[in-house]
Amino acid sequence: MAGFNKVVHSYQEAMAGLIDGMTIISGGFGLCGIPENLIAEIKRKGTKNLTLVSNNCGVDNFGLGLLLPDRQIKKIVASYVGENAEFEKQMMSGELEVELTPQGTLAEKMRAGGAGIPAFYTATGVGTPVAIGKDERQFHGRDYILEEAITGDFAIVKAWKADRFGNLVFKKTARNFNPMAATAGKITVAEVEEIVEPGELDPDEIHTPGIYVNRLIQGTFEKRIEQRTTRTSGE
Amino acid sequence: MALSRDQIAQRVARELQDGYYVNLGIGIPTLVANYVPDDIAVMLQSENGLLGMGQFPTEAELDADLINAGKQTVTMTTGASIFDSAESFAMIRGGHVDLTVLGAFEVDVNGNIASYMIPGKLIKGMGGAMDLVAGADNIIVTMTHASKHGESKLLTNCSLPLTGKGCIKKVLTDLAFIEIKSGKFHLLERAPGVTLEEIIKLTEGELVVPENVPEMQF
Repeated sequence: MAGFNKVVHSYQEAMAGLIDGMTIISGGFGLCGIPENLIAEIKRKGTKNLTLVSNNCGVDNFGLGLLLPDRQIKKIVASYVGENAEFEKQMMSGELEVELTPQGTLAEKMRAGGAGIPAFYTATGVGTPVAIGKDERQFHGRDYILEEAITGDFAIVKAWKADRFGNLVFKKTARNFNPMAATAGKITVAEVEEIVEPGELDPDEIHTPGIYVNRLIQGTFEKRIEQRTTRTSGE
Repeated sequence: MALSRDQIAQRVARELQDGYYVNLGIGIPTLVANYVPDDIAVMLQSENGLLGMGQFPTEAELDADLINAGKQTVTMTTGASIFDSAESFAMIRGGHVDLTVLGAFEVDVNGNIASYMIPGKLIKGMGGAMDLVAGADNIIVTMTHASKHGESKLLTNCSLPLTGKGCIKKVLTDLAFIEIKSGKFHLLERAPGVTLEEIIKLTEGELVVPENVPEMQF
């Protein structure tokens, strides 16, 4: 009996069932809190024609940027994509479709997708290129546009700690999009720094309940820093 | 003399009030944090999920799991809180942030703002800017008054794709502090040594100039 045990023991097993043309929702902000080993596994598998939903697309040789050289991404839905030369090249040549989405709208699209809400109205983007082709409606005298929810065939997230049941705890700003992404995948895969026994996490401190998590794997992480800014001690 | 980047930040900081929750955009707005008056407390919101953003870490404090919206490593102040991106934008969209400071390419007399996209050039994305301008009531835009070629950025109509419509009420440039109301720019203050003629010349949209325009003091 596996019961609620979500633990898998290889990255191959963690991403089993991912096939060409699927949609993947990924947690992370910049390179912070990205599921770096799950992304590396997608690169290894060579799955193609993927639609990626993620706030950013990594950098040239790390994070989701790893999926660019072999042209594995067909389309990306993101709020900011500026840190990547290969990305720029594929976007400009039209090989890569980019759907720019305001950051808060993107977070809410994932949240709504995971919560069974098909669409929501927001003031964000009214009167801008984002509003083109979308329904508009007034509430209390203000204009809003209708934004549709997003769900994925897979969601890939990174957490700090988990118990074997898939209850997740995130660390500091590595939380970002991960909790919403976790709710919005048909199959949600979480990779974590440490797996503990059920009961060891205080139920009050759990950020993502295990019901959202289908597969769980413990990994080791490089945690690359994108902008290393420091001050001299005492400054 | 036109204001320096730091002077712009210094002037914006005078708009801060005790107990304000503030979101500072990337660039000049970030510098505002350096000029918070000693006798007030403000808390900085970083839209990637942090309220109570502190200064850059020392080498010993450096933590890959703690960054700001510009992806720079930061620290947390006492009493900080961490939350996910949906919660962060609930704060922003729900109008809970007291002051937002951000940069722009253009603003116009109707309070429209263009800040994220120049057609034909590389498009990097709007990040959280569209949510911030749509959600906040109290926004200060910081930018240079005109381009290097002397083209006004304070226009009758924005020429670039908009980030937000009818949402900007205050603009601080290197030359002037301007309020937007009733479809016009209103000159509130001028930079030290900058003449009214200079400001009028570099403001393409209709500008109302009161009889007395105080000079900013530094």
